[in-house]
This record gives sequence, structure tokens and C-alpha cells, in this order.
Amino acid sequence: MKIAIIDYGAGNIQSILFALQRIGIEAVVTNNWKEIKNADKVIFPGVGEASSAMEKLIESGLHILIPTLKQPVLGICLGMQLLCKSSEEGATKGLGVFDVDILKFSNSVKVPQMGWNTIYQLKSSLFEGISEYEYMYLVHSYYAPKNSYAIAFTNYETEYATALRKDNFYGVQFHPEKSGVYGEKILKNFITMTN
Amino acid sequence: MLTKRIIPCLDIKNGRTVKGINFLDLKDAGDPVELAQKYSETGADELVFLDISATEERRKTLANLVKEVAQKINIPFTVGGGISSIEDVTLLLQNGADKVSINSSAVKRPDLINELATKFGSQCVVVAIDAKKINDKWVVHLVGGKEPTTLDLFDWAKEVEKRGAGEILFTSMDHDGTKNGFANGALSQLSEWVNIPIIASGGAGNTQHFADAFIQGKADAALAASVFHYQEIEIPNLKYFLKDKGIAIRI
Repeated sequence: MKIAIIDYGAGNIQSILFALQRIGIEAVVTNNWKEIKNADKVIFPGVGEASSAMEKLIESGLHILIPTLKQPVLGICLGMQLLCKSSEEGATKGLGVFDVDILKFSNSVKVPQMGWNTIYQLKSSLFEGISEYEYMYLVHSYYAPKNSYAIAFTNYETEYATALRKDNFYGVQFHPEKSGVYGEKILKNFITMTN
Repeated sequence: MLTKRIIPCLDIKNGRTVKGINFLDLKDAGDPVELAQKYSETGADELVFLDISATEERRKTLANLVKEVAQKINIPFTVGGGISSIEDVTLLLQNGADKVSINSSAVKRPDLINELATKFGSQCVVVAIDAKKINDKWVVHLVGGKEPTTLDLFDWAKEVEKRGAGEILFTSMDHDGTKNGFANGALSQLSEWVNIPIIASGGAGNTQHFADAFIQGKADAALAASVFHYQEIEIPNLKYFLKDKGIAIRI
């Protein structure tokens, strides 16, 4: 089993690598097309600001490769948001895998949302063994509004899509690599899923 | 619902956890990784490591410790103490830290906040503010409260928010070490004054103090050290107590 973590200079890759190690999985951190294409599973991380992350992706040419991948791909946090059509953050055009426009939380709540919140209406094998309303760790100022790709929801200011799926593409707004044993379980589910 | 966070703070000197009151009479309190693991397994929502060592090998020792923590701990953690440049932060994040906390270096050179927020994202920039009430004004202090500045707590908080801080760790020097409760009045004003999360610090003595910090103080998170280290408060008991009070808590 080959796991590739996409390295484009905009992610807390180390945390994901360590989380995979804790569950006994080795992964390669790479920006090499061939290595990514040939991997059994691809993780697309991301933290920071959307437009500069997208620029880095374009510089590396990976913006062309990622939407064409056929194996299961998991976007985490900003990675998930970049898989969407656009983001209000820096008026960024995303990869367009999910036909979703990412919006900013209003000032009626603290921004960023930072901490543990629940995920519910779980609808994917990604969440096998995870109870409804399990807590996950989130840090974000922008969110995916409810849409037809949603496979889980979280409520902060409004009920929003906290996980997405379209074909082989998955995205999670929360950080499974930082969400205790249940987060590790979700990573394990992704790694062991059959396409 | 987003839950209120309970954050144990570990003081680190030369790679070991130390316990002491106001950094005096420090005693070795063991392996920080083991302690961190215990806290995370018993329900801590996040951890803060505050490095207080002053040796030349400090950076390397701390980076090694951060790496070991990141390998073993599955919840987020913040590292603070002596961080004053992009290089310092790069080293810590590369080793697996989720956030860094800056204090004096931000007061001395506020642009540091902008630089870190632009390069790494606001989510990993915690600005720690130590303040003391003098003649009815909350005055920002440096060097663990020893050195007063001309800054007002609320002005400075607003400025760090504008510059891109993702969170404020507010310690009341008047309450720190007293075990008489958090500075709830200032906390609640601060919480309404800025729109980023506030971590309350200084004054935790019993479980009711945490409830007060969340309800009266409107804090998003509460940090404490000695009550957890000396097992005066066990995290699971604290969390059940808070949940019983109707506070949103992750159990």
C-alpha cells in the first residue's frame, strides 16, 4: 500500500505523517507527479491562506494533476476547501472538484472557529465505527455551506458541510490527525477503504 | 456546538517538566511527553508547552521535544517561550507543533505577528498577553509580569487581532498563583472587545473557577498548570462538573 501526502509548501504535513505512523502506516511526502499518480491513496493537506496556497499549487503544476486522480483522495482543512470551486478567502478560484463556494463565518461568532465540535449525519464508510456527534478538532475561518456532496455536518453559526464526497474525492474540514483516537480511526478508514 | 477547551500548561526547562511557584524553587516533574500523554488521555482538549530554559542549546532541545510530543500525542499543542523569528517558528512547526505562542517579542516588534500570520496562517499564531491592573487600567507587562509597558491590555488586544493573531492567551498577573479564580471581569470585556478566541490564564484553584471563567468571563478556553500537576483537579472530574453546569464540554 502506497500512501502519498502531497507536499506543496502549505500544510502541516508533519502532523499527518506522525498520525499515520501512530496507526502503523508509512507514507511518502511528495510533489512528484508519478509518485502521486501511482499511490494507492492520496492525502491533500493544507493550512494557511487560500489564495497563496492555490498559487503554490499552480507553481508546482499540481493543480492540473489533482482533479484527474482516480484513487481515493482526502483533502484536509484548506485541502478540502481548495478542492471546491471557489473561496471567499482572497477571491480564490479552486480546483473545482466539488461545485461548492467556500464562505466566511460572519462576525456574529468568534473567527476562527477553534476547538472541538461535533460531526453528525455521517454518511460514508469514512466514518465507519464513528458515533454520531463525535467530537473533532477544527480551526477555520471559512466553511463549505450545505450542499449535495455533504457526508457530515457541523454547526457553528450555521449548519455547514464538514465533510464532502464526490466519487473518489473526499474532503474533511476538521483535522483527523489532531482529533484523538476517533480522528485516527477516520484516517485508518480512509487508508483501508476500497475504491 | 463548539466546546470550551481545558488546556493544561507544562513548563519546560532543558527538555524536562518543572514545577514551581512563579518560576522559583523549580523541581523536576518528570518527562513532558509522559505527562502530556496522561493529560491527553484523560481529556485535555489541547496542551501548551512553555519553555523557560535559557541555555544555548535551548532551540535544539525544544525542537527535539516538540518532535517527540508530536509523534505521540493526538491532540493539538502550542509551544511558547523565547520565540522571536520566522526561523524559530519554522523549526517548531516542522517538528510538528500546531501553534506557537509569542509574548515579549510581539510587543517589541509587532510586525512579527503579521509576518507569522502571513507565512503560516493566523490559526497557528497565539499572542500571549500578561497584564496587571494599575490605577484602574490593565497594563501589559513583559518578562513574566516584571516589566511594565505603556500598552493598555484592550488596545494591544485589538492591535494583535488586526495584525493577524488567531487567538489571545490572557494572563492576569494579579490572579496568577493566587488560586482565587480567573480575572473574569477583564476576560468578559476582552471577549466582547475582540472577535478571536480568548484563553483565560491565571488564578485557577478549583472547578468552580473554570465554570466562572466560561460563564462570567466568556472565555473560550481555560489554561492552568499547578492544579493539574499537583492533581488538585483531575481533568475528567472537572469536565463532568462543567458539563453538569450546562457548559459545552467535550467528554
